[in-house]
Amino acid sequence: MPLWLDLLIRVVAVVAGFLVVPLVVGQMEHKVMAHMQGRLGPMYAGAFHGWAQLVADGLKFVQKENITPRDADKRVFHLAPVVALFPYLIVLLAVPLGPGGLVAQSLDIGLFFVLAVLGVGVVAVLMSAWASANKYSLLGGLRGAAQLLGYELPLVLSAASVAMAAGTLSLPGIVEAWRPWWLLWQAPAALVFFVSGLAEIRRPPFDMPIADSELVFGYMTEYTGLRFAFFLLAEYVGIVVIAALTTVLFLGGWHGPAADQLGWLWTLVKVFAVAFVVIWLRVSYPRLREDQLQRLCWLVLVPVALGQLILTAAVKVAL
Amino acid sequence: MSEHPGRRTPGKGLVDGLAVTLKTMTRRSGTQQYPDVEPDLPPRSRGVIALLEENCTVCMLCARECPDWCIYIDSHKEEVVVPGAARARQRNVLDRFDIDFSLCMYCGICIEVCPFDALHWTPEFEYAETDVLDLLHDKNRLGDWMQTVPPPPAHDVLGEPSKEETTAARKAAGPGAATPAKVARPAARPAAAPKAPAEEPGEGAER
Repeated sequence: MPLWLDLLIRVVAVVAGFLVVPLVVGQMEHKVMAHMQGRLGPMYAGAFHGWAQLVADGLKFVQKENITPRDADKRVFHLAPVVALFPYLIVLLAVPLGPGGLVAQSLDIGLFFVLAVLGVGVVAVLMSAWASANKYSLLGGLRGAAQLLGYELPLVLSAASVAMAAGTLSLPGIVEAWRPWWLLWQAPAALVFFVSGLAEIRRPPFDMPIADSELVFGYMTEYTGLRFAFFLLAEYVGIVVIAALTTVLFLGGWHGPAADQLGWLWTLVKVFAVAFVVIWLRVSYPRLREDQLQRLCWLVLVPVALGQLILTAAVKVAL
Repeated sequence: MSEHPGRRTPGKGLVDGLAVTLKTMTRRSGTQQYPDVEPDLPPRSRGVIALLEENCTVCMLCARECPDWCIYIDSHKEEVVVPGAARARQRNVLDRFDIDFSLCMYCGICIEVCPFDALHWTPEFEYAETDVLDLLHDKNRLGDWMQTVPPPPAHDVLGEPSKEETTAARKAAGPGAATPAKVARPAARPAAAPKAPAEEPGEGAER
């Protein structure tokens, strides 16, 4: 296969996954949330249990007027949704789907790369918040900055633990080295990673920067039409990314019965299971207050992650 | 945890919350898919007011009692010549009976006061209009809704017999027979009456 064709297939596959999987997760959120609240959720779009609801939503957003506030910093305002969305696409490139190089771009420092690119999200939040020239946006953006910077630390520390255990930074390498008993060994790190990942993508109960009951819609307040849809898509891609990273780092990625043939299926099943938990948590828990948010991060997650690092090192040395 | 003696193991509340949502998800949802599936309304639901035109005597009680005056009645008198009678009888003929459902507040007083059961509640509720002025419904429309009036509930076998039944029974028994009212009410008040005279100031109906 020529290089360009190989490259094309990989890029097209990642873009297709980038567009389809978040929509499936979004639809799952609609339906799961509805049924958890004793409702039915969308039932009409697409004629069968509203399967096309998000497609219809997308079409609606495309038709809407794109409003830019008069006082907004126009170029930054227009750029922010793309900056919010793009890092997640890049991250998906490095996430391995199955064994034998079933990954768009295998990187030796995949974990480092992924965490570094995820960190760009805070820039998008600050860009949209400051450029909107709106006090609610600014409040939401500053809350978002405090939250994202704070939760970056436990995220990285818990990921470092698993990298230490596997002895590699390559994501396929980590899955290759993974053993089922790691589920127990790395359980605190998995929990810390998942919770701080939730906070990183600003999902309820960590949606303080958005907080629609107090800040209108936080840093997205002034966005309309397609740009707003980009932010919403970024949220769902964020779920997929965090679910995929949790799967790859802590739940053994493609490991499972008949992993050689069905590895990709196992990865997808695990990703959707984690995404279900993300939705489940959203439905079950109220939003954390700002001080509770910071307290959880600095007084619980960071110490637990540090303790996990010591545990991992101890076990690693003992083996 | 001396401040909270009743406090249970930490994290139990979080798990309980997750359990509640998961259990709700496995149950059937309570949503009624209304435009596709007709709602299952109780038979005595108060949807709209129907008119049985034949029962109306144009006594105007409903129109007077209506708190927001949303009933409009017009009528004229007709002479009915009864063969053999000394003079012709007069009878009211209903020309117009409109209820303005943009004003109606569904208190049901008109139905309560109607002495001849000309007005009825029906569970019918699909009469929305795009213009508020179209909510003035005439007697034909109100009469059409009579078909949706459910049959009255069956008489309670343990309850008092209806007035019609007791009257018929009394007439059959002949004049001077004991009526339920005479039997039920003692001729003289018992000795309890003078004990607490101040306790029932409002009950002027009792002699």
